[in-house]
Parts: sequence; C-alpha cells; structure tokens
Amino acid sequence: MKLSARKRLLWYVGGALLALLPPLAGLADEPFMVSLASRILIYAIAAVSLDLILGFGAMVSLGHAAFFGAGAYVVGILAFHAFEGVPLASGPIPVSGTNNALVSWPLAVIVSALLATVIGALSLRTSGIHFIMITLAFAQMLFYFFDSLEAYGGDDGLSLWSRNDLAGLDLGDDTTFYYVCLGSLAMFMLICQRLVNSRFGMVIRGCAQNERRMRALGFPTYRYKLLCFAIAGAGAGLAGALIANQTEYVSPGLLHWTRSGELLVMVILGGMGTLIGPVLGAAVLLLGEDLLAIFTEHWQLYLGPLLILVVLTTRRGVYGLLLGRGNDGG
Amino acid sequence: MLLLVEQVLNGLQLGVMLFLMAAGLTLVFGIMRLINLAHGSMYMLGAFVAATVTAASGSFMLGLLAAVAAAALVGLLVELVVLRRLYPRDHLDQVLATFGLILFFNALVQIVWGRQPLFMDVPEALSGSVEMIPGVPYPAFRLAIIATGLTVAGLLYLLIGRTRLGMQIRAAASNRDMAEAVGIDTRMLYSLVFALGAGLAGLAGLMAAPILAVESGMGESILIETFVVIVIGGLGSIRGAFLAALLVGLVDTLGRAFLPTLLRLFLPAATADGAGASLASMGIYILMAAVLLWRPRGLFPAPA
Repeated sequence: MKLSARKRLLWYVGGALLALLPPLAGLADEPFMVSLASRILIYAIAAVSLDLILGFGAMVSLGHAAFFGAGAYVVGILAFHAFEGVPLASGPIPVSGTNNALVSWPLAVIVSALLATVIGALSLRTSGIHFIMITLAFAQMLFYFFDSLEAYGGDDGLSLWSRNDLAGLDLGDDTTFYYVCLGSLAMFMLICQRLVNSRFGMVIRGCAQNERRMRALGFPTYRYKLLCFAIAGAGAGLAGALIANQTEYVSPGLLHWTRSGELLVMVILGGMGTLIGPVLGAAVLLLGEDLLAIFTEHWQLYLGPLLILVVLTTRRGVYGLLLGRGNDGG
Repeated sequence: MLLLVEQVLNGLQLGVMLFLMAAGLTLVFGIMRLINLAHGSMYMLGAFVAATVTAASGSFMLGLLAAVAAAALVGLLVELVVLRRLYPRDHLDQVLATFGLILFFNALVQIVWGRQPLFMDVPEALSGSVEMIPGVPYPAFRLAIIATGLTVAGLLYLLIGRTRLGMQIRAAASNRDMAEAVGIDTRMLYSLVFALGAGLAGLAGLMAAPILAVESGMGESILIETFVVIVIGGLGSIRGAFLAALLVGLVDTLGRAFLPTLLRLFLPAATADGAGASLASMGIYILMAAVLLWRPRGLFPAPA
C-alpha cells in the first residue's frame, strides 16, 4: 500500500523531527524555537481534542476554548493559593493550593471534563447551527465569569510565580518543558488513536454519518456523543494546564471566542477527521503567524484571505496535501 | 423609579441597535442558510466611515449616508467575491471563511485608520436631552436611536409583508428551487438582501459611533450578542429577532443596573457586587441557553 507507506513515513519523519528539535535548535542557535515549538505542541493537543468531536463526531463546537481556559485557570488558581499561602477553601476539610503538577494537572483535566459533561449534556440536545451557537454561548458565559472574577485578577488575568513542580523535573528549563509537552501530546494522541479505532470510535463516526440510523441500530447515541464531548474537554483541559505553565500567566483571553475560532481553523487547516491533521494545522497556523509577523504587523490581512482560500478550495487540509491524491484523508 | 425608567430606555436603545444588526443576519440565514460572522465587520466599517466623513464634512447626515452606503457596498462586494460560493457549503465552512473575513477587515481597518480609537461627536441637533417624563431627562441622541430603530423595524415589516420584493424574499426563503422555477432571479435577490443587511449593520455602526469608541474589533462583541438575539428569536424570523432584540437589550441593561443591588439584599455588599456584575454580564447567555433548552428552535421559529 503506497498510501500507508506514505503515512508511516510521515509519522516517522515527524516524530524524529520533534524528538530532535531542541538539540537542532541549539545547533542553529535559535533557542527561541524550542518555546515556540512547545506552544505548537500545546495547541496541537487542544486541536486534536477538538477534532475528536468535530472531525470524528461531526459536532461543530465554537466554544472549545472554554475547556482550554478552564484547565489553565485550575492550574493558575491552585498555584496562586500555594504561593499566597491562603487556603483555597476553609471549613471542616481545608483545601490548600498546590504547585505540584501531579495534583494540579490531573485536576485541570478532571474539572474540564466535568465542565464539558455539563455543557455537553445541555448542548447536545440541539444540533446543527443551534449547537454551534449554544456552545458559543456557554463559552461566553465562562469567559465573562473569569473576566469578572476579581479575586483572581479579573480581566487582567493572573500571573504565576513559576512553572509547576513535576516529580523533580525542572519545568523552568525550556527544553525539559518541551519534552513534557511532547510526551503529553504523544500520550494524548495514542489514547485518541485507540479511541477512534475502538467500538466506541466507530459508534461516534457512525453518528457523524447518520445518527438516526445509529439510533435505529439500538445505540444510545446521546450518551456516546456526550462521552466523546467530555473526553475532548479533558484533552483541552490538559492543553490548558500546559499553556498556563508555558506562559506562566492565565487570563480570560484564553477563553475568548476567537480562540475557539483559531482552534477550529487549526483542525480544518491541518485536516479534519484525522489525528495528525490538527497537529499539522497547529504548526502551520502558529508558524505562519510568526513568519508573517516578521514581514508585517498586519499579518491578519493575509491570513484571513488565505483561510478563505483554504476553505473554498480544499477539504482535506495540509495532511491531505501531504498524502497526495486518491485518499480519503483518514 | 426614575432610574428604572432611564434604564428601561437604555435597554430599549440597546435592543433596537441589536435589532438593526439582527435583521440582516437573520434574513441572510433565513434565506441563504448562511452563518455570517463577518456581519460585525460591516457594523465596524459603518462606524469608521461615519466618524471619518462626519469629521471631514461637518455634516452628520452626510456621515449617515456615507456609512450606510459604504457598508452596503462592501457587503455586496463580499457577497459577490466570497460568500456566494459558501451558500451550498456546510455551516463549518461558512464559520471558518467568515472568520477569515473578520481577520481581514480588522487588519484592514488598522491599516487605514490606525490603532488609536476614533471618537465621534453627537450631532449638534441631538446633543441635548429631552424630558419626556417630568424629572427624567434623557439624551436626545439615544431617543433618536430608539426612534430610528423602531422606524426601520416598521419599514422592514412593510417591505417583507407588503411589497413584491418582500414576497420574492419570502418565496426564496421557503423554497429556493421553486422560487427560481417561477422566475425569480435568486442570485440577484441574494445579493440585494445581503446588501440590505450590510447597510442596516452600517446604520447600527453609525449610531454606535458617538456612544462607543470606534476601533478595530468593535464589531465582534455586538456580533456575538446579535447571534444570541437571532437564536433566541428563532433563526430566519424578523419578528422573532425584533422581540428577542428588545428582550436581550432589556435583560442586559437591567441586569447590569440592578442585579448587584438586588443581590445585596441577600449577600454581603462586596460579594453581591462581584457576583452581580458577573451574573449580569453572563445574563444574556444564560437566557439564550435557557431558551434553547426549553425551545430548541427559538421563540418564534420561521416555518422551515
């Protein structure tokens, strides 16, 4: 199979490139590349998680940044309390803040997943354009919630004093942090790959093609889609926890609706309904922004029309182009 | 009590502005099945053109004409070049392509007008205030906005319900193929409806210009609120958009004005202010989620 050979080649080349990036950047004397690459990896996690519902489940959510931001805020708020020494909640069982990644990252994932469960449970009662709009509405609610949360900086956001502690690793070192991001992305993609090829994944993909038929076959489609939505939320929460560490700063801007739009763009640009596509999309968009910004401060002037062109001319994104003609992009 | 009257008027004023935006958006959705995120860009263009022309010529009327014409023209152009190709596509493509348009227009405005916000003066004739109810002076300009909005709503009602063009619009909305079969030039009609919607957005931008800062990106917050309006009202329904716009305007304004005070009855002052402010800014989204859960197709769904 020529196609599968190409696919495998892409995995190997991409994987090797990512693994060797920090030493290569060191050789090229461009250490800044490592932190840009970490950013790309983090957004890639969020984009892959969005693609789970968008590409595989055909649920067009314009509110995915809500889970991204929520994950970031969990890490930010816990770190804030740890630094200030003020307990997060007093009462019979006092809860203190923490700077320990082994506590705050899983917590970020869990909170985002729970949030996604609640929002998904309500949103999935609608479909089509109403689904787009109700996910947007919930994301806006959370945006304004954090925006007016004066205890944690309100619209100014919240600065972290340092990156989290992760089992003795020095996350403050950009190279170490990069590998943690890479490991997280690899782990998440592995989970997603198992997921989409499992029976669960087949049901989700079946729902995307014809939900009524799946229901007729006896699948409780609502529950399947809700679980998928929650898993996607969890992935975005992980990405949020990482971005809070990378920038050492959380702000409502992370939940802004344009951020949800950017995540959608990454998925479409890279190739919807694939796992590598969103990663490529994140890389192309963020690198493109950086590159265009070198030449002009008004890079959006070019990015906008480019985006329209991509939407109008191609359905399979960058990944589809790399794989060449005659494939389903899957 | 007087404060309440004033806030209700403020709510009405926000409501009719939202209606001007929502009318175009809901028509375009109802007829062309297109989600147009770039509608806020027409509003922004209207505001910029109005501020510039008014400042240059000293005439508000000239600014008004220029703003509406510019928004309608740019809308027409965008429809011809990009959006026309998006009608048969699914909503996802429409969201992405029009998202691209937003990026483009925001950058364009920054290049032409710079990053500094512009400010526009209220026209001389409307700069005073009117005491309609004794003891409640209200800015004449805001009253003019309410009057304009209500007039436009009435005209739209007549246009769609009573004229030949309106009949064609309704026909195309209910069945495009059938409308074409009986000889309606739907391509022309679509362009016309789009320009009309863009012009109304430009009008809303003009009216917002003396109240808000005119800056790149100003179209986005009102765009999202407009979506809330048309989703609550029922997509494609002008009547629904009108009622939902007033409802959203009132809920938003009254919530911001009175929720903190109301919560003070139950909570300590500092907590009440914080929670009130945050609840008030979330208010319309909570309203929308509630309406969608109760009636998934909005309050007045257009007959499909």
